[in-house]
Amino acid sequence: MPNPPSRSATTLEADSSTESIARRLAALAQSIRPDRGGGVSGLRQLSGGANQEIWAFSLDDRRYVLRRSPPGVPRPRLALPLSKEAEVLDFAQRGGIPAPAMRFRLREADGLGEGYVMDHLEGETLGPRIARQDRFTSIRGLLARQCGDAIARLHRLPVADAPSMRRVTMRDHLDAALAGFREDGLPRPVMEFATRWLERNLPDEPAPSLVHGDFRNGNIMVDETQGLLALLDWEGASLSDPMLDLAHICLNSWRFGNMGLPVGGFGLREDLHAGYEAAGGTIDALRLRFWEVMLTLRWGVVCVQSLRRFREGDDTVERAMIARRASEAEIDLLHLLAPRG
Amino acid sequence: MQDPPSPDVLVEAAARHFRADAPASAFLARVALNALDLAVRHLRRAADGEARERARLTALLNCDGTLEELNRALCMRIRAGDDAEVAGFVDHLWLATIEKVEVDQPNYSTLRLMRSRVREASGEDQE
Repeated sequence: MPNPPSRSATTLEADSSTESIARRLAALAQSIRPDRGGGVSGLRQLSGGANQEIWAFSLDDRRYVLRRSPPGVPRPRLALPLSKEAEVLDFAQRGGIPAPAMRFRLREADGLGEGYVMDHLEGETLGPRIARQDRFTSIRGLLARQCGDAIARLHRLPVADAPSMRRVTMRDHLDAALAGFREDGLPRPVMEFATRWLERNLPDEPAPSLVHGDFRNGNIMVDETQGLLALLDWEGASLSDPMLDLAHICLNSWRFGNMGLPVGGFGLREDLHAGYEAAGGTIDALRLRFWEVMLTLRWGVVCVQSLRRFREGDDTVERAMIARRASEAEIDLLHLLAPRG
Repeated sequence: MQDPPSPDVLVEAAARHFRADAPASAFLARVALNALDLAVRHLRRAADGEARERARLTALLNCDGTLEELNRALCMRIRAGDDAEVAGFVDHLWLATIEKVEVDQPNYSTLRLMRSRVREASGEDQE
């Protein structure tokens, strides 16, 4: 899900100290690296969301990443369970999609909560840097094309072989958004306006593909010479319309101010679509448009739900400020549906 | 109509953050300062913007009420109205949304692109 609030170090559980995690990982070394195991070193937390943590560590000369929910911490309701996320990532990576290789799936007895260990890859993941820093200038056109290529290949993986997963239709997305912004009874005319358009422009549901679900600048890893290294954060994966992913990476909220470069603030749609079609994908303009509006509304709903969580006791200033980004989605909905000038 | 949380709640949340025992992360400290800035913008301009919004809605819907009541009536008309009627609301929606983003995120890309176009087209004052 977009923008999970960070979690301060002081709220970590007592049994989740760095020493305790290092000890438990050491017990798993032979499973993570069957050829030779190794001693755990360099364990440090890379980031912490409200519901999950990412840790980096080494077994001797090789680097790994642990992604986990600490014991007893619930997952966000729309995210895949980490065990399922691990299956999906493994399936995609083995199918040739650029992604970190799966090394070990945590079991309850391992005492580290739910999650998995994957290879550590070296590259840039911060969206604003990828969109703005000079060192990425020469690969930005290539990157848009590579994104199209990688996501088309994901969409072409045989669904019958994929891990069993929820099927999420366009109607499901629309219903969830509607319920999400109406639940507190506050009038939101622009969201109603967008809903009206979506109801009247709901396309026929196509055959589903495995979709990433949160494909955007921020969930890709990039190298300044090779371009795209990996697709990350698979917790939003589902069986759905492949146009969802293609629209998602073009949402204005993730262009970091570069409106003229619709693909993540770094590339052109023409390059994204050329890469997609060259890898065997088929673009449907009507569905693409539906998803641009639908996912912009969904971002607004995420902001509205942030308000609910703030009021229900998760009263951090960050929650409050995400709630006030609903207007960002609203102005983008108007810009999509009733452009001016 | 400006969204919740209201400025008093934002200031309170930011203050709570700075009062916390734990050393704050640099990122969260910036978020808290942004909340204070937002609250100041809200206190300085929301009342005027909401007065204009209420005047527009009263004329558009031909009824009276609080801003929330008028917006609720607008929502019902957007849900149930015919296309021509709903098209007549679009200028208002633009102006009301721009007023919200001016408070929430005055540097947002779409606002920077659209603020002058929409206000010039509507003939409404800049401030």
